[in-house]
Amino acid sequence: MMTLETIAEKLSLKCKCCWENLNREVTGGYAGDLLSDVMANSEGGDIWVTRQVHQNIVAVAALKEHAGIIIVQGATPEQDTIDKAQKEGIPILISALPEFEVVGRIHRLLYPEQG
Amino acid sequence: MPSEGYEEYLEGIYEIFGRDFVDAGIVSSQIKNGLKSRGITESIIRRVAVITFEAEVNIISYAHQGTISYYVLPDSIIIEAIDVGPGINDIELALQEGYSTADETIREMGFGAGMGLANIKKSSDSFEMSSVPGEGTRVKSTIWLKGKQQGEDVT
Repeated sequence: MMTLETIAEKLSLKCKCCWENLNREVTGGYAGDLLSDVMANSEGGDIWVTRQVHQNIVAVAALKEHAGIIIVQGATPEQDTIDKAQKEGIPILISALPEFEVVGRIHRLLYPEQG
Repeated sequence: MPSEGYEEYLEGIYEIFGRDFVDAGIVSSQIKNGLKSRGITESIIRRVAVITFEAEVNIISYAHQGTISYYVLPDSIIIEAIDVGPGINDIELALQEGYSTADETIREMGFGAGMGLANIKKSSDSFEMSSVPGEGTRVKSTIWLKGKQQGEDVT
């Protein structure tokens, strides 16, 4: 079982909120910055990788029941975003790496058999 | 106006205001919780969530104000979004994926990709839309609770 905690550790992610939920299982992933795309195509249990930082990402993650959100390029989420994530219990993690790198590394962790 | 013949199945009606991006998703979340407590299956709830969220964002992005109502009938769920706003001149065009009249503010937040109405239509078993330019727009989505749709939705 792959947890948020393992992903956070392997990718040296900074956790901005909801540490208590890092033991959540990650069953898949989705990357995207268009909220309608994420809304339509991601699955519950996904880790969502995005460059968006405003609070509507929390609404999408909560509705889709994502395991958590990773914000890339070292971008800083707005305070409103963190407050809302806290309320919804959605962990927000930050990576200094670009989206492509983050997705590649997570993909390798989730699907090692695919190389 | 809304709901010919299914008024008695109304479960909730929520008011939404234009440009209130801060609250986007709240109504969808309430409807989702309402359906969960009614024991509606996950796959149906997931489709309703896409419909209500896109309808919510559309009202916030383009209308002055509007309402989203949901009805739980014995065989279906109906979502109805009615707004007071500029309306849509060409519904066929608005339904085309990628077509959008969103301004920069909307796009910066990751909305306005021209996928909203298409997503609503795709997630619905039956979809109706009408609009009067200068007055407003009405979208009605129906999702069947039983039958092939549920079988097809196994993930």
